[in-house]
Amino acid sequence: MKVLELKNVSKVFYSKTQETQAVSNLNFDVNEGEFVAIIGPSGCGKTTVLSLISKLIQPTSGEVKLYGGSNVGYMLQRDQLFEWRNIERNVQLGLEIQRKLTEENKRYVENLLKKYGLWEFRKHYPAELSGGMRQRAALIRTLATNPDLLLLDEPFSALDFQTRLDVCDDVYAIIRSEKKTALLVTHDISEAISLADRIVVLTERPATVKAIHEPRLNHIAQPLKRRESPDFSKQFELLHKYLHGETQ
Amino acid sequence: MKNNFTKEHLLYLRGQRVHKILVHTARIGVLVLLLGLWELAAQLNWIDSFITSCPSRIWKKFIELVAAGTLWHHMGVSTYETLAGFAIGTVLGYCIAVVLWWNVFFKETFEPYLVVLNSLPKIALGPIIIIWAGTGKASIITMAVLISVVITAITILNGFVATDKEKALLLRSMGANRFQIFTKLVAPANVPTLMATLKINVGMAWIGSIMGEYLVSKEGLGYLLVYGSQVFQLDLVMTCTVVLCALAGLMYGAVALLEKIVVKRF
Repeated sequence: MKVLELKNVSKVFYSKTQETQAVSNLNFDVNEGEFVAIIGPSGCGKTTVLSLISKLIQPTSGEVKLYGGSNVGYMLQRDQLFEWRNIERNVQLGLEIQRKLTEENKRYVENLLKKYGLWEFRKHYPAELSGGMRQRAALIRTLATNPDLLLLDEPFSALDFQTRLDVCDDVYAIIRSEKKTALLVTHDISEAISLADRIVVLTERPATVKAIHEPRLNHIAQPLKRRESPDFSKQFELLHKYLHGETQ
Repeated sequence: MKNNFTKEHLLYLRGQRVHKILVHTARIGVLVLLLGLWELAAQLNWIDSFITSCPSRIWKKFIELVAAGTLWHHMGVSTYETLAGFAIGTVLGYCIAVVLWWNVFFKETFEPYLVVLNSLPKIALGPIIIIWAGTGKASIITMAVLISVVITAITILNGFVATDKEKALLLRSMGANRFQIFTKLVAPANVPTLMATLKINVGMAWIGSIMGEYLVSKEGLGYLLVYGSQVFQLDLVMTCTVVLCALAGLMYGAVALLEKIVVKRF
């Protein structure tokens, strides 16, 4: 079942001196339970795509269809935890905003905190947590509103390399065990191959779909292990070529 | 809680403590030295203490004023005017900042006016204030408000505008409206800005109230200062100045304490 569908979506930004076509005639969809990655050259409008999906901006033409409600959870590059709230109050932020801070939802969040090792830290402030734990807290905050679709905007890029690999495994495991549908935007080819069921390759600006690639590494459970698969480097080369325009 | 520090650590801590004690001693030393020199110069007639006054005469005057009860009255009046100006100026400035943050059109419309008002020496408005608000406490408080309100509005508005855009984006993606963005993000994120503004406003409010008293008053420390200089009683002028220093320092200390309590997390 489809969760998201983009039909001929275009977006033009206007400024004083010029108009910029950020996205042009974009078509792709995301099915329930799927993990889809979007990769593209830097500055190609990847983040614009997420803003369109989360309805923060409207498309100039075309249609963004969210099936089964428009409840999306947005996870940004930096964790954006509020320093003046403890972890518990941070992860409840979305529920507060949507006025859904019921006892039932509070219990749901409590469960997430317990399941993913942040329960003992619920009264701690973000500054007291490591980068990996902060990112996990940010993920739980995103999951708290029980979204149908998770949008991940380069959620690991602010972390150093070693932490990034660990947090990547961690986030992937949580998303899978919560059976969430996810759409990840990244410029990191290896990250896309190791995480995604499907990879949407975008062209340079104006972004449009260049290719859709399936890594077929699902038999390996952990993203970190997938990086060791013999297939991995072949796929990396292929995607690298796609990105740099050497294939038709 | 007892800590088991290593010898080197203890040595380091002692060094820090010694440094702190030295600084405090030096601070007090400077004051004692200056006062002593002043007193000595007056006693040995190097300077004319009729014009310069001296610590012992200031102390005598202080006791005299306290005994007569007049000092408390004047201190009370000035403090009341300053606190009123401080409170009204801060609240009003904050409200102006909120309105201008809320509505971009208002912000763009009124920003140049704020800039001009900020550069205007508010004392120039003295005559107008006297005519409009009379010669009582009202016009003195108005002066204190005028001096603090514009800088408050500008500083706080800058803080509001500089609030992390990514965090605002996160809230909007959760479906937050502008009111929620303000209460959940912009207001708490700018508590440190508010505290910094309060510190500035202590000084601003005192300038306003003393200036106001120079212009119109029949009571207050500003009045006493002007009166002292007119009758050429330098002891009175100096005593008032010292008392003013103490009051302003006390108020600043109170705000700094408040900041320490509030800003822990921000």
